[in-house]
Amino acid sequence: MKHSNRISGNLASNQSRVDENKQISFEFNKKSYKGLAGDTIASALLANSVDIVGRSFKYGRPRGIVTAGADEPNGILQLGANEASQIPNIRATQQQIYPGLVCSSTNGWPNAETDVMGVVGKLLGHVMPPGFYYKTFMAPSKLWMTYEKMIRKGAGLGRTSLENDPDKYENINQFADILVVGAGPAGITAALNAARSGARVILCDEQNEFGGNLLSEKVMIDGEPAQAWIDSSITELSETDNVLLLKNSTVNGYHDHNFLTIHERCTDHLSDNAPAGSVRQRMHRVRAKQVILAAGAHERPLVYANNDVPGCMLASSVTTYINRYNVVPGRSLVLMTTNDNAYQTAFAWQKAGRHVAAIVDTRSSAGEIVTQQATELGLNVIYSSVVTETKGGKRVKAALVATIDADGTQVTSDASEIGCDTIASSGGWSPAVHLSCHTGGKPNWRDDIQGFVPDDFNKDMFVTGAGNGIYALADILKDAAKIGTAAVKACGLTAKRASSAKTDEVEVAPSMPLYLAPHSKPSTRAPKQFVDFQLDVTAGSIEIAVNEGFESIEHVKRYTALGFGTDQGKSSNINGIAIAAKKMGKTIPETGTTIFRPNYTPVTFGAIAGRNVEEFFDIERYSAMHSWHVEHGALFEDVGQWKRPWYFPKAGESMQDTLNRECLATRESVGILDASTLGKIDIQGPDAREFLNRVYTNAWLKLPVGRCRYGLMCREDGMVFDDGVTSCISDNHFIMTTTSGGAAGVFNWLEEWHQTEWPELEVYFNSVTDQWATMSLSGPNARKLLAEITDIDLNPETFKFMDLREGEVAGVPARVFRISFTGEQSYEINVQANYGLAVWEKLFEHGEKYNLTPYGTETMHVLRAEKGFIIVGQETDGSMMPDDLDMGWAVSRNKEFNFLGQRSMSRTDSVREDRKQLVGLRTKDPKAVAPEGSQIVFDPEQEIPMTMVGHVTSSYYSACLGHSIAMAVVKGGLKKMGETVFMPQADGTNIEAEICSPVFYDPKGDRQNV
Amino acid sequence: MQQYSGFGLLKHAITHHENWQRVWRNPTPKKSYDVIIVGGGGHGLATAYYLAKEFGITNVAVIEKGYLGGGNTARNTTIVRSNYLWDESAFLYEHAMKLWEGLSQDLNYNVMFSQRGVLNLGHTLQDMRDINRRVNANRLNGIDGEVLDPQSIKEIVPHMDCSANPRYPVMGASWQPRGGVARHDAVAWGFARGADALGVDLIQQCEVEGFEMEDGAVTGVKTAQYGTIKAGRVGCVVAGNSGVVANMAGFQLPLESHPLQAFVSEPIKPILDTVVMSNHVHGYISQSDKGDLVIGAGVDSYNGYGQRGSYNTIEGNVAAIMELFPLFSRVRMNRQWGGIVDTCADACPILSKTPVENLFFNCGWGTGGFKATPGSGHVFAASLAKGEMHPLAAPFSMDRFHTGALIDEHGAAGVAH
Amino acid sequence: MFNIHCPYCEEYRSEEEFHPSGEAHIERPKDPANCTEEEWGNYLFFRKNPRGIHHELWHHSIGCRKFFNITRNTQTYEILETYKSGEKPTITASTVSKKTGVK
Repeated sequence: MKHSNRISGNLASNQSRVDENKQISFEFNKKSYKGLAGDTIASALLANSVDIVGRSFKYGRPRGIVTAGADEPNGILQLGANEASQIPNIRATQQQIYPGLVCSSTNGWPNAETDVMGVVGKLLGHVMPPGFYYKTFMAPSKLWMTYEKMIRKGAGLGRTSLENDPDKYENINQFADILVVGAGPAGITAALNAARSGARVILCDEQNEFGGNLLSEKVMIDGEPAQAWIDSSITELSETDNVLLLKNSTVNGYHDHNFLTIHERCTDHLSDNAPAGSVRQRMHRVRAKQVILAAGAHERPLVYANNDVPGCMLASSVTTYINRYNVVPGRSLVLMTTNDNAYQTAFAWQKAGRHVAAIVDTRSSAGEIVTQQATELGLNVIYSSVVTETKGGKRVKAALVATIDADGTQVTSDASEIGCDTIASSGGWSPAVHLSCHTGGKPNWRDDIQGFVPDDFNKDMFVTGAGNGIYALADILKDAAKIGTAAVKACGLTAKRASSAKTDEVEVAPSMPLYLAPHSKPSTRAPKQFVDFQLDVTAGSIEIAVNEGFESIEHVKRYTALGFGTDQGKSSNINGIAIAAKKMGKTIPETGTTIFRPNYTPVTFGAIAGRNVEEFFDIERYSAMHSWHVEHGALFEDVGQWKRPWYFPKAGESMQDTLNRECLATRESVGILDASTLGKIDIQGPDAREFLNRVYTNAWLKLPVGRCRYGLMCREDGMVFDDGVTSCISDNHFIMTTTSGGAAGVFNWLEEWHQTEWPELEVYFNSVTDQWATMSLSGPNARKLLAEITDIDLNPETFKFMDLREGEVAGVPARVFRISFTGEQSYEINVQANYGLAVWEKLFEHGEKYNLTPYGTETMHVLRAEKGFIIVGQETDGSMMPDDLDMGWAVSRNKEFNFLGQRSMSRTDSVREDRKQLVGLRTKDPKAVAPEGSQIVFDPEQEIPMTMVGHVTSSYYSACLGHSIAMAVVKGGLKKMGETVFMPQADGTNIEAEICSPVFYDPKGDRQNV
Repeated sequence: MQQYSGFGLLKHAITHHENWQRVWRNPTPKKSYDVIIVGGGGHGLATAYYLAKEFGITNVAVIEKGYLGGGNTARNTTIVRSNYLWDESAFLYEHAMKLWEGLSQDLNYNVMFSQRGVLNLGHTLQDMRDINRRVNANRLNGIDGEVLDPQSIKEIVPHMDCSANPRYPVMGASWQPRGGVARHDAVAWGFARGADALGVDLIQQCEVEGFEMEDGAVTGVKTAQYGTIKAGRVGCVVAGNSGVVANMAGFQLPLESHPLQAFVSEPIKPILDTVVMSNHVHGYISQSDKGDLVIGAGVDSYNGYGQRGSYNTIEGNVAAIMELFPLFSRVRMNRQWGGIVDTCADACPILSKTPVENLFFNCGWGTGGFKATPGSGHVFAASLAKGEMHPLAAPFSMDRFHTGALIDEHGAAGVAH
Repeated sequence: MFNIHCPYCEEYRSEEEFHPSGEAHIERPKDPANCTEEEWGNYLFFRKNPRGIHHELWHHSIGCRKFFNITRNTQTYEILETYKSGEKPTITASTVSKKTGVK
């Protein structure tokens, strides 16, 4: 049993945020532990003296907790008590514990404590320089896939669940005058100033409590411990109507025009215990007039040899664990620092009753205040020195300390050993510039703070606090108040006077620009000096990369994988750049930074998709008769967003049986198709005719009232893109039909031409697809059946093919069109959608005696193919012109207006003799149905690659004709009637067929004219 | 050139890897070259490499305004396949595929070309007609491929939802086993190292600001750092910036530059061993050897040079992946980014002479250029060497936008890649 | 995601309501029949595609359904103005380059 690192009683922090009275049991790596309410997994594990939380990716080295926040590279765990709740890669430093929490390391076999890969890593580490994959595994070439399989075994951190997620996620749109990112002292102050001026404010923070670094540091504000100021400020904000406070909420992406996404974790702190059906995470999609970035800064660790041994931590995170969680993560501390600020870690450690072995200050002297405090506490401060190396395997045992020269490039003494179990280091702070880069900002380097700060490219973005390189609390409070009021003014609102809380000014000595602690050996030979812990990138490997000629920082990053981990290099980027810069003899700004991309911290797919999954992935559209189809056993086909009946099988029928039955019933008596999904556009205005004349290929100026006409629509490149029947209701009123899938596109097309090219035409468009239910009665008994329920005179002498009439059907107003997609006597009945089902049912009441048979899209396809009618999108593919389809009859080349696509029809390529042309195919074996998509060749004996001359677009067995039929496009096909073609199949067979007319049935069209 | 091998790694381990040769020199440009390649991305570097290796033209410079392989090559989701519909593109991409198959050995640089297979899913009856048509065409052109039913797909991708439950159930797929992915950066670096070793000068951080011309022919390129550098022929391979560079030469191109976004998840344990693409739900996904899920979709429809796109495109892309893999709901997106892709109306590239003599363009690869890298470089090198377009490149001339002989690959190019 | 001021609705709406429709001000040739192949092909396919100031056509497709024009910087994505169909831009590449040096 290991000792506890939890402190209590008079040693305990007076600002701790854990509840000593609430113990929580949880499980890590199959062992049970106890933590306190308010703990993160990391603080609870440290309290329990758990040193190793995982193994490193490349070398399998044992790793412990390094940080206390979003920058954690090592504590990446698998979470979840059951399969469906598995979550990969949660950060131990950010996940709160809850009763029954189960988590484990993501790497290490048989476990993280004793990992075989650690041995392999030790042995092979030397032959694994950066880019070693690129240099080997090349011979023999066919073994690469085997090598890769082995490499892949080591891939990944956590695992995904193998069951679907039971939780819900949602998106919410938010609007704000001012979005304040980060609720530390800067964010809270800015938000207070903005809110007091009446601005609509959102204040959010990634932590589970507001306060930012104040939760960790011991400071006084307005004469009281900071927590009192946090509490009163948050109370004031929460009582203000115009403020939205979001905790557990990370701004993960900053997009153009001040659109930001906030990832709120609603139940992650309860996880497995969250109430069923609750929203797990919510993505706020925020449009803010002004944004204030108060996102703070990340402390940089110093890079030294074996700096990854558990027990090596960031100085500020050690302070956090002590002050906020009452956890001292060790017994004996060596602190290495380049700055005054980190002294607080040693002070807190000492006050918690543990031993401070030494403060190793890289500078020759420190600031007065901390020097005096250190003296008062009796601490051993060693100046002008660094920790060159750590001793220890699974936990730090000692620090090797040596003196260095003034600029920190080399050691100037032999190293002496100082026993300790914890080494805290601080190389200064890096402002969290991430969000400012997402829309193209390029951070500027400031030598005075040794860090990059956001540039000012976005005039609607403000930056304050540590995020802008302001580190003294007194300065932060003043600046944030100013920024808060400035943002208010930028919104066009009247700002109240800036006001901020007071705190003592603290004098600090300058910090030293140092990133890599020198070692007696060069980095390539010293024990590994880790820069990026998660991806095992060392100072040596960065130097090797530079040596090899990878001189752009992007090359270095990509070659070494620096910064590509789940922490996105929050603690490693600057160190890596500095080491590369030094190697190249350049400054950091000359070397450049890398541009951060979203996300600031990773975001679940679930939260991004929100509710737009499953049935809401894409809206399902139903016709008014949909319920009837479902009741009558229809199978459905997806056509665009529509669910269309595909066919209506009866018990015991095969699909072909059904099609045969539906086809024959229609041809012999009467069938009915729900055609409601066809696009319908209502076109009105005195220039409607002229407009149609321009967008269709055929002539429209003389279409009489009460008549219908088929039209082809081409793009300007001459390719067919839609077709349909348009009918003249009155001289300036037309109703256009389009394909089901093309309706929206055609509607846009018409509007674009009208608004941008021909605004002088007085014409209006309205999409009325959903307003009408459409049913197409087809077959020799269609008229008899319709006559029973309509007041329209159906006399074929007056109500001819391609006529339209208005009247009543089944007692409701209707438009009836005599148009036919089957070649039979047909009536297309259109009624208001709300009446659709009733009319449909009425037709079936009367239709029983005629064996009225519902059919779906598949029978529709067969019936139209028998007639050689095309389906746009099936016979056409974006490369077919009207003439290719042998539909020159639908092109009027003598119109006064040069219609859309006309000019393209006479281009060099358009008039080629050997263009693919639409023909029919009769298979030699009349029962053989050539698969749709079969490629066509003239010479079946040709070696591969074969000369393909076309393909089968539609192919069916025609019960009515007793043989198969097919439509195809064939090069020069129209001049090859009667010639033989072949369709080589995947199974080696060749289907032989003869080119014929695509009109297989009733070529003269007698039946539809009856 | 120092040979790379496992043995070499062992040898260099002894000297702590301090003595590796530079991958490429950092030369100051000469006054004049036989050929200048503008653009040091994958295609440009491949062009230079093949010019030197296959066509013996070594007096070549590659001029790159940033760093080598830093454009779309660096922002890539790395899918490689050759199952295109039309003969012209099928032959071009298959030419590339054959080069991919020996590339690591040819370059002595492991580009980690992993032939883990590519699935193109079908979700509607028309999708399946198109898939049948394309796979039949591939087969008769000698390109591997077959049509799979949902059951067989499930065997290859056990964790994809192949049931009838999704909004658009998977009805089938085309399967190209030789397709796969490669390590994008390594492709650029491998070609760069190979070209450099053959004498090609790789000039980084050098932006071309214009062309020097005489009598309607290009005679050199103008740069800020080095003034005018003379060239016998100039090949521009600048992807998203093609329109900008063409403007410098005084003409327009039949293309537009769009943002194309992609993203990766955090690394997770291997769960997807192949590449899955769906035009219909609009997304594609594979898993890298590091464990990241690599995901993308189509372009943002506005013009953009900002190397970023709009968030709603990402939302749609994530929803599409969730449609295929609902169990990825708790996986987290780590990083997203964007490239600039130059797209033509027919979703096919331009490999062409231009109105300016001796100035050649290789562009318009849209969302799918990576897979063509070696093939594009090879045929473009041949064209630059001979002054006439290589037969495989000839159909991709700019003229087609005047004659109308477009090669409409929207079906096969579909969703990015 | 862009925040777009629709000149017809006269308010800012999010990009999701809009759809871009390519370069603006491309006029259909008055007499297509007498266009050469080159002229016709240029009209169909050849575009300015600038890095910088771009005048482009957008459709308020989930809104007022009007087509209108946007002057936008394709590098920074900043929208400099929006204006109705048939109107001319007040900001062009030449006016902007004078002020900021952006081309």
